[in-house]
Amino acid sequence: MSRFAQSARRIWGLMYRHLCLYRKSWPRLLELGYWPTLELLIWGFTARFLSNEHPGPVLAIGAALIGGVLLWEVALRAQIGVTLSFLEEIWSRNLGHVFVSPLRPYELILSLLGVSMVRALVGLAPATLLAALLYHFNVFAIGPLLILLMLNLFLMGWWMALLVISLLFRYGASAEALAWTLAFGLTPVACVFYPITALPNWLRPVAAALPAEHIFAGMRAALALQRPAWAQLGAAFALNIVWTLIAVLVFAAQFRAARRTGALISIGE
Amino acid sequence: MCRCMDALIVTGLVKRFDAVIAVDGISFSLAPGRTIGLLGGNGAGKTTTISMLLGILLPDQGSIIALGHDIAHDRFAALARMNYSSPYVALPMRLTVAENLRVYGHLYNVPKLEQRIGALVDEFNLGDFLHRRAGALSAGQKTRVALAKALINQPDLLLLDEPTASLDPDTADYVRTRLEIYQRTSGAAILLASHNMAEVERLCNDVLMLQSGRIVDRGTPADLIARYGRADLEDVFLQIARFGAQGACA
Repeated sequence: MSRFAQSARRIWGLMYRHLCLYRKSWPRLLELGYWPTLELLIWGFTARFLSNEHPGPVLAIGAALIGGVLLWEVALRAQIGVTLSFLEEIWSRNLGHVFVSPLRPYELILSLLGVSMVRALVGLAPATLLAALLYHFNVFAIGPLLILLMLNLFLMGWWMALLVISLLFRYGASAEALAWTLAFGLTPVACVFYPITALPNWLRPVAAALPAEHIFAGMRAALALQRPAWAQLGAAFALNIVWTLIAVLVFAAQFRAARRTGALISIGE
Repeated sequence: MCRCMDALIVTGLVKRFDAVIAVDGISFSLAPGRTIGLLGGNGAGKTTTISMLLGILLPDQGSIIALGHDIAHDRFAALARMNYSSPYVALPMRLTVAENLRVYGHLYNVPKLEQRIGALVDEFNLGDFLHRRAGALSAGQKTRVALAKALINQPDLLLLDEPTASLDPDTADYVRTRLEIYQRTSGAAILLASHNMAEVERLCNDVLMLQSGRIVDRGTPADLIARYGRADLEDVFLQIARFGAQGACA
């Protein structure tokens, strides 16, 4: 077996471990779709109310709200999917076995990314369907650009997850609340539902440093003008590369520090 | 046996946690087909030593060569031919026994995995609860599954941290017998940390007595019992724990 095949098998091994959890547990499956659907319903009815009260240009705002909800959930689910799977290993006291197996740290990360992608796609399916049925919003009408938007959002979710896992290495399970709160906390400066000009001047550089602001500006432009905003997408992709590099460096440093201090052994305590 | 053939060569291992020296210059080697026991009280440095041997804890000084690979630079090549079991590290509780074995079979790239799992099921009598969740098993059943996981890749070097802790005498004897059979048939080297002196006497060819992170004495169980003039290894352990190795020798 080639090295690549061996590596792929190890990655699949850990993915299989996490996917087994969902195969037999309807509460876990329900949880995957619960929050995206809830968010969609809240913002979908808000958008419908605005559209009914102020027909015309507000109609486009309604579409941007619903599109924003669905796409921001991609980043949120991607981040939560990775960190929750990592926490699952801590809670089940299984990390010791994982770390003494031949699974490389990058294979561990790739496994968790794979699980998070499956989780996000399964979790968003009901919300996407409801958006079409209830609000006549077809997210696929964005066209092939949707793939680039989602790729950028997955990348953003993943580097945020790497930073959270780094904090778990550093501070142990006491940092687990960050698994749920980090991405949500960035929502105000992610400019999901409004342009960057809605923010005060001093906050705009923070928003501009995040890929999300460019992704959603690109999405709004695509919905309003029916053509891709390549400059915005390019900026988002470049920022994602920079943030991913930073997150990988932080992860590698914290992983090594955890091996030095013994935190890998006591991470669940 | 030539040292270059040793399954494990540990030289001058040191680990400090701030001002505390957890492991203080430990050196030993372990030949294939042999079992070495790490004996010592709580905090003597057994688990810290095993963690360094597995590469999840970095030593401050010293070197570890496992199965010909330097753990500091090439640990994954060694880990593929090693395995580990401890009652303090669990298997995923919500997965069935079969799923757990499949996960670790993939992680260790075990060829003909289903066949290997079948052999382990027969060897450890796992058939009755193969499709039961690991979290729903009794302590004895969990131990058998953990041992099956530890042997799934037919390791050349097996590290066991208190493998029979909290087991009834019958199950503990079963585990020891399986370990003896595995070693006899595979020629694997085993490193065993235990508080159970009867177990160490039965399984280990050599014993390292640890105290405050240092090896204070070593030898075969029979040698140690004779040298300290005691009835069994438990008395030797108590002698060293209470009065130190030097006092015992005097």
